[in-house]
Amino acid sequence: MSTPYTFETKLLHNKHKFDPETGAVSVPIQHASTFHQKDIETFGKYDYSRSLNPTREAVEEVVAELEEGTHGFAFSSGMAAISTAFLLLSQGDHVVISEDVYGGTYRMVTTVLNRFGIDHTFVDMTNIAEVEAAVLPNTKVFYVETPSNPLLKVTDIEAISLLAKKYNAWTFVDNTFLTPALQKPLTLGADVVLHSATKFLSGHSDVIAGVAVVKDADLAKQIGYLQNSFGAVLGVQDCWLLLRGIKTLHVRMKHSCDGAKIIAEHLQNHPCIKKVHYPGFEDHPQYAIQRKQALNAGAVFSFELHSEEAMRTFVENVKLPVFAVSLGAVESILSYPAKMSHAAMDPAARAERGITDSLLRLSVGLENPQDLINDFDTALKKTAALHYI
Amino acid sequence: MYSLETKLAQIGNRSEKTTGAVNPPVYFSTAYRHAGIGESTGYDYTRTGNPTREILEKAIADLEDGDRGFACSSGMAAIQTILSLFQSGDEWIISKDLYGGTYRLLEQGYKKWGLRCTYVTTSDTDTLRAAISPNTKAIFLETPTNPLMEQTDISEVASIAKEHGILLIVDNTFYTPIIQQPIRLGADIVIHSATKYLGGHNDVLAGLIVAKGEELCNELALHHNSAGAVLSPFDSWLLMRGMKTLALRMEKHEENAKILCSFLKEHDAVVDVLYPGRGGMISFRIQHESWVNPFLQNLTLISFAESLGGVESFITYPATQTHADIPLEVRLETGVDNRLLRFSVGIENANDLIKDLDKAFSIAKGIAKEVTI
Repeated sequence: MSTPYTFETKLLHNKHKFDPETGAVSVPIQHASTFHQKDIETFGKYDYSRSLNPTREAVEEVVAELEEGTHGFAFSSGMAAISTAFLLLSQGDHVVISEDVYGGTYRMVTTVLNRFGIDHTFVDMTNIAEVEAAVLPNTKVFYVETPSNPLLKVTDIEAISLLAKKYNAWTFVDNTFLTPALQKPLTLGADVVLHSATKFLSGHSDVIAGVAVVKDADLAKQIGYLQNSFGAVLGVQDCWLLLRGIKTLHVRMKHSCDGAKIIAEHLQNHPCIKKVHYPGFEDHPQYAIQRKQALNAGAVFSFELHSEEAMRTFVENVKLPVFAVSLGAVESILSYPAKMSHAAMDPAARAERGITDSLLRLSVGLENPQDLINDFDTALKKTAALHYI
Repeated sequence: MYSLETKLAQIGNRSEKTTGAVNPPVYFSTAYRHAGIGESTGYDYTRTGNPTREILEKAIADLEDGDRGFACSSGMAAIQTILSLFQSGDEWIISKDLYGGTYRLLEQGYKKWGLRCTYVTTSDTDTLRAAISPNTKAIFLETPTNPLMEQTDISEVASIAKEHGILLIVDNTFYTPIIQQPIRLGADIVIHSATKYLGGHNDVLAGLIVAKGEELCNELALHHNSAGAVLSPFDSWLLMRGMKTLALRMEKHEENAKILCSFLKEHDAVVDVLYPGRGGMISFRIQHESWVNPFLQNLTLISFAESLGGVESFITYPATQTHADIPLEVRLETGVDNRLLRFSVGIENANDLIKDLDKAFSIAKGIAKEVTI
């Protein structure tokens, strides 16, 4: 299935570049829930849409190719993809997981998986010694988010994958922040790549979707079985919209990454900003690892103001970015992790992880970065005037 | 005032007050309930006004710096809506090198109803000026023209039009407001086949009109509603989704087109390369007519298809596709000969495109050689 084309060309030219029957250059949306069968004994490739649908199959094959995996699976949300992947585990198994993982994954692990007897240990994934110390005889999964959300800590995927192999466990990598345009965890040794495809893959704030990609036939069989059994599949309209979004992934990522760098640098030099967490800075603790395993630092970063009050004034005065949950859209999105993405985490756990009450996360969209800088500067001026910082 | 790329990314955002939805809802409702007599919400019947379509119409009006926008069911529907402004006995002056569909509508349709068209090379303003008669009511420009990429100075034609009290209509499909804003240069009406760059994904058929001036806008609103060739709510939404990445796509189309232009100019299978300097459209002439078919058949990456402006690269053969409805002698006289190919450069990697073209050229030349032997 792999073609000799470069990544940006593959986004457009893949097995599904046109419909074999009509030549249509856009994949048709197959609403059919069931398919006519010709034989009483042997059914055709498609029988019921939960099991396999031609439109969903198209997006699944496209993401598998982009992640350099062999099998892709599309789910009704990022959490549906993550939950289904966790269903690979059994009672008595143990997960070693990034401590500053997305709040929804944290909630799943701490309040749902524990009820089914699946245990976990939170670790600083950037510290390999600490990760290895957390390994138990029943450890089955190392769950990595890199860069992490919202503190942008970078984990060495290759090192964790090697460790996982040593203990006969799987490595799951949430690749939502960077997408295969910038980072391909399967090529670095990971077993399962997960995405909230709602974010950069789709990119337009108009689809809720999740994706899992694997490179191993046996693992693919198991996830395929779970996808069909659990049934949290992506609807066909949304599959088509996701396919449509993927076509501009490369150009969107490029513009947003360039913008993120400019804005992060600007904020870092601003007296009202206490700290900027951005893996594209040379003094970022894992700058070298990021350079090694990804093509860019990405389009998301977080920053802290000097106080919660200052943060509030800033947010009240920012006009251009959407103040909302989510990221990876054409519109820049500013969010407040303490009350949004990480609200499911209790305050003590948040404080321990460095997710302070003055921390904001910015996902840079497709606006002109200068318009965003102008907007931030105006808001910061008001913040400074009110809080004398 | 934000820059164009910021405006594009933000289309529809902050339009929905009830829920705060970042992405505007698609209103499929055809009718709107009123609280009482004379208490319209501003929406009555969806042909007249639809909340989703309205966001698109306001966005394109803003991008083209006009007063009002109108979304139509296709680019041709947009032209047809504009033609409703005229009557029997009126005359149009129009680009000689022109999209075949526009030519067909005028020659096979409006000619019957008494609208006369004079086709001129609009870049030659002396000829254009000489073609004006007391009945001339409009000048219609394609710039760059399709497929010969000739450019007309919009400001100059606008001043001629103003001098004679004539409307200036510009088809801005090839350049989009990212590269060219005709209303700023003096045009009265801008039209788009939004199926092309504005939609950009080869999956929505749409046309857009933007006009300047209250009276003209009111008149267009009347015809838009009366004739009813309006864009559906879903397609309006899909078009806006496409427009959000217009600036980025256009940048990449142009970057690629410039690289491909240099490649084609150097290639011995190519005799002419026509590129207006901006945008993603190139036309070129292949050495021999007999090479055209094998060349097209041996492209594996680039699609041989009719249309342009999408993320995927397309090559079109104007002679049998876009310009098939123009009589042979007219077509040949204009320069749209049987060796001319039109290339809509996509956003793929430029080297992948070069390899595909190079391979198809070699095979075409090889096959032609065998035939001569």
